[in-house]
Amino acid sequence: MRRRDFIQLSGMGLGALMGASAIPVLGNVVPAEHLIGSGVDVATKKRLADVALNAAKSKGATYTDVRIGRYLQQYLFTRENKVQNVVNAESYGVGIRVIANGTWGFSATSDVTPEGIAKCAETAVSIAKANSKIQKEPVVLAPQKGVGEVSWKTPLKKNSFEVPVQEKIDLLMNVNGEAMKNGAAFVTSNLFFINEQKYFASTDGSYIDQDVHRIWPTFTVTAIDKQAGKFKTRDAISSPMGMGYEYLDGLASEKIAGPNGLVGYRNSYDMVEDAIFAAKQAKEKLTAKSVMAGKYDLVLDPNHLGLTIHESVGHPLELDRVLGYEANYAGTSFATLDKWKTKSFNYGSKLVNIVADKTQPYTLGTVGYDDEGVPCKEWDLIKDGVLVNYQAIRDQVNILGEKESHGCCYADNWDSVQFQRMPNVSLRPGKEKLNVQDMIKGVEKGIYIIGRGSYSIDQQRYNFQFGGQLFYEIKNGQIAGMVDDVAYQSNTQEFWNSCAQICDKDDYRTFGSFFDGKGQPSQVSAVSHGSATTRFNGVNVINTGRKI
Amino acid sequence: MTILTKEEAKKIIDKVLSFSKADEMSVALSGGRTGNIRYARNSVSTSGESYNLSLSITAVFGKRSGTSTINEFDDKSLEKAVRRAEEIARLAPENPEFVPALGPQQYVDPASFSQKTADISPDYRASAAFDSIDPCSKKNLTAAGYMEDRTGFNAIGNSKGLFGYNKATSVDFSITVRTADGLGSGYAIRDFNDVSKLSTKQATEIAMQKAMASTSARALEPGKYTVILEPAASIDLLQNMMRSMDARNADEGRSFLSKKGGGIRLGEKLFDERVNIYSDPMNLEIPGSPFAGDGRPQEKVYWIENGVVKNLTYSRYWAEKKGVKAVPNPGGFIMAGGTESLADLIKGTEKGILVTRFWYIRAVDPQTLLYTGLTRDGTFYIENGQIKYPIKNFRFNESPVIMLNNLEAMGKPTRIGGSLVPPLKIRDFTFSSLSDAV
Repeated sequence: MRRRDFIQLSGMGLGALMGASAIPVLGNVVPAEHLIGSGVDVATKKRLADVALNAAKSKGATYTDVRIGRYLQQYLFTRENKVQNVVNAESYGVGIRVIANGTWGFSATSDVTPEGIAKCAETAVSIAKANSKIQKEPVVLAPQKGVGEVSWKTPLKKNSFEVPVQEKIDLLMNVNGEAMKNGAAFVTSNLFFINEQKYFASTDGSYIDQDVHRIWPTFTVTAIDKQAGKFKTRDAISSPMGMGYEYLDGLASEKIAGPNGLVGYRNSYDMVEDAIFAAKQAKEKLTAKSVMAGKYDLVLDPNHLGLTIHESVGHPLELDRVLGYEANYAGTSFATLDKWKTKSFNYGSKLVNIVADKTQPYTLGTVGYDDEGVPCKEWDLIKDGVLVNYQAIRDQVNILGEKESHGCCYADNWDSVQFQRMPNVSLRPGKEKLNVQDMIKGVEKGIYIIGRGSYSIDQQRYNFQFGGQLFYEIKNGQIAGMVDDVAYQSNTQEFWNSCAQICDKDDYRTFGSFFDGKGQPSQVSAVSHGSATTRFNGVNVINTGRKI
Repeated sequence: MTILTKEEAKKIIDKVLSFSKADEMSVALSGGRTGNIRYARNSVSTSGESYNLSLSITAVFGKRSGTSTINEFDDKSLEKAVRRAEEIARLAPENPEFVPALGPQQYVDPASFSQKTADISPDYRASAAFDSIDPCSKKNLTAAGYMEDRTGFNAIGNSKGLFGYNKATSVDFSITVRTADGLGSGYAIRDFNDVSKLSTKQATEIAMQKAMASTSARALEPGKYTVILEPAASIDLLQNMMRSMDARNADEGRSFLSKKGGGIRLGEKLFDERVNIYSDPMNLEIPGSPFAGDGRPQEKVYWIENGVVKNLTYSRYWAEKKGVKAVPNPGGFIMAGGTESLADLIKGTEKGILVTRFWYIRAVDPQTLLYTGLTRDGTFYIENGQIKYPIKNFRFNESPVIMLNNLEAMGKPTRIGGSLVPPLKIRDFTFSSLSDAV
């Protein structure tokens, strides 16, 4: 059984924000109170998992893992003074993956009974055996010592699902009301909450119970000049986080003061304040000067740079892409194994240190163990500008000559097969004391860019074009005012080699992608990208204004 | 059995409605089978099959509505789901834009079901993949492809007597072929309701030819060029434009169809007069669904006629407010073209660029429908009516509105992504930078 609906977002302002054009809703719609609590107890899950492990073994599997998953979602959609939709959904079932005759097989069922699970395990083995007839090389699985019976939970202060729906609606109505009061013609606002209750067991001797929470508050404000026939939008500069409802506390201590009264948010978000800024800034965009195309030094805010890291470093260093497994869909990668083997491929300037991790607090990718039972860790991808590693899982890591998986395997639901997904990929902050204001002082001709805008990159991740939410022209070390119609184009290696300065850890923040798509059939995943404000010299800026 | 007959579906829907204590109740019942096979590096990587049957119940009290879904169908479970929808409805906030459900409707009966597609087996999928992989292996080329087939039904009903049922099948296939040295790449994509029209071998042969012909690509300077866009290239830009034809956004002043000083551009000539785009659920090549999700019948609608905007899409709420007919979003669309083949268009081109497909298309400015993206998997330079040599990929920044004003010629429409689109010859298409990607 599978139910996967999509909420279409066309005309709601959010379409451009998503990796996917629609928001996936998995499972059955249920009342909100059904989302509180943890479902089946651990002892029962262990008993059911053992049914799968034993059944698969008896049919000839040499390795088996089983995931019993309860996936909960609550999404709220509003516009102006109206609640458009509140979706509460639950998806519950079991996915079983086996190796038989050296080949993977996978099957899933919503029949979470000993009989249903045994039958599902049998199907997984039969699929593996059928596919083994055309398999060219047997699966080589990196060893993983069993971790015994363990558990992990997102460190939370406030479980979002326990906060009454009315309180959430009140917040969004307040956000919308303040935006309208401050000059918005239209506003849409949304809250997304996710809780993955995952139980993993494998024939390695692991029984892992995890409770993973994620949150994303966001909005789009539209300002209109009817006379001129113009409209401009400004999206929230929040970040999706691996946190509970406490992310919405709006703590003053987590705000970072930028130039010209601009505010950045670290691990606490003031949604109402941001909506007020957004309304005023959207109006300002209506009359902002259209940018003069040319070369500029770019000062990129973490809430913008995160997506550039995601597209130009995160995706090209996925080993399955490098090997060609995504060739028919997302594409391959310029960062080929021969470049990595030279140990001297200059991905970026010496300042560029990019790390993969699934352990950083408050981030979307952080869990205790990945979806094949590997304890999570941190590892370097780019060190002092040189490409040093990729992202790999148990059946790939041998290609890199390593004996231990990186622990970045993920499935978006119990009925999806797990595969390599991007961990958090972040740029380390600079070592020398530096804030944004001081960075701007050193720029003669530049543009300061904030927020996630239009983004596009080629199928091998060389050529990209990025827009943003807010653009400020920098002239002789000072902000000269807002500009519009800005997008920058570059080539990944050239761009990262133009990295000239990185602010220190006090400016460090995470950006996130909540619905990153990959694979056929497509699966979503959520991932964070941390950075401090960073300067790139001499980047090509184009003017995107047109007349129709 | 997840494909219910019309009678079986009606029986369940009637049963659900008989339990209702709400002012109004709407039911949607759908089910089917999805199968897929994926391969890369000339070997199958994943394949699977999944079944689904699910029921969605929406209860209404005044202007409050609530929805519950379920996939168990005994009387007790159905009644429980009805009570749950009613409970959610009572707790929901009032929707000021609420519109009551439609009464009985007349629906057309498109030929969207094919028994041959419904009969697809895992063996069929494996042999379809083999027909694509084998010729590539033999020529030292690398195939990566994906086939997905769907067989399903949709039924809707409500307490005002509306009932609709449709059964449909579809198959989608795409193939990317790369040369062993990684310097050439080709692509082909197909979709049909009837799988007997699909030859994975023929589609793969085209991708193979393009892969082999695209090695040693030369770099051209970015700039404005005459292009021939194959349907796989133009479809996304056209589809994005068709999805931006919402009347409410235009009325609200936030659409490419909003007018300076207020109002909308309905009835204005915005495109070359040869541009005609319409939708028709009864078209035999792209048979669509007879109804939209809210029960509105799908009919033949002209969206653009002789370059003039003829219709916009309306929600029922907005149509009622504006006092006009509530035209729903169409399934696929048909862009009328000429009779020439792609080869004829190439023959008639003095200097130009042939584009196989675009990739990573994203909106840059919703005001002008400006999009960016890149060419991929087969881009060639044309001179004196002949393909001269492969060229490196380009990034474009272009609006479909500008593109459809710069129309030079159109070929014979073919099916792509559930629509019918002709190959288009366009002048002054804007390529803004070069890409090293193959």
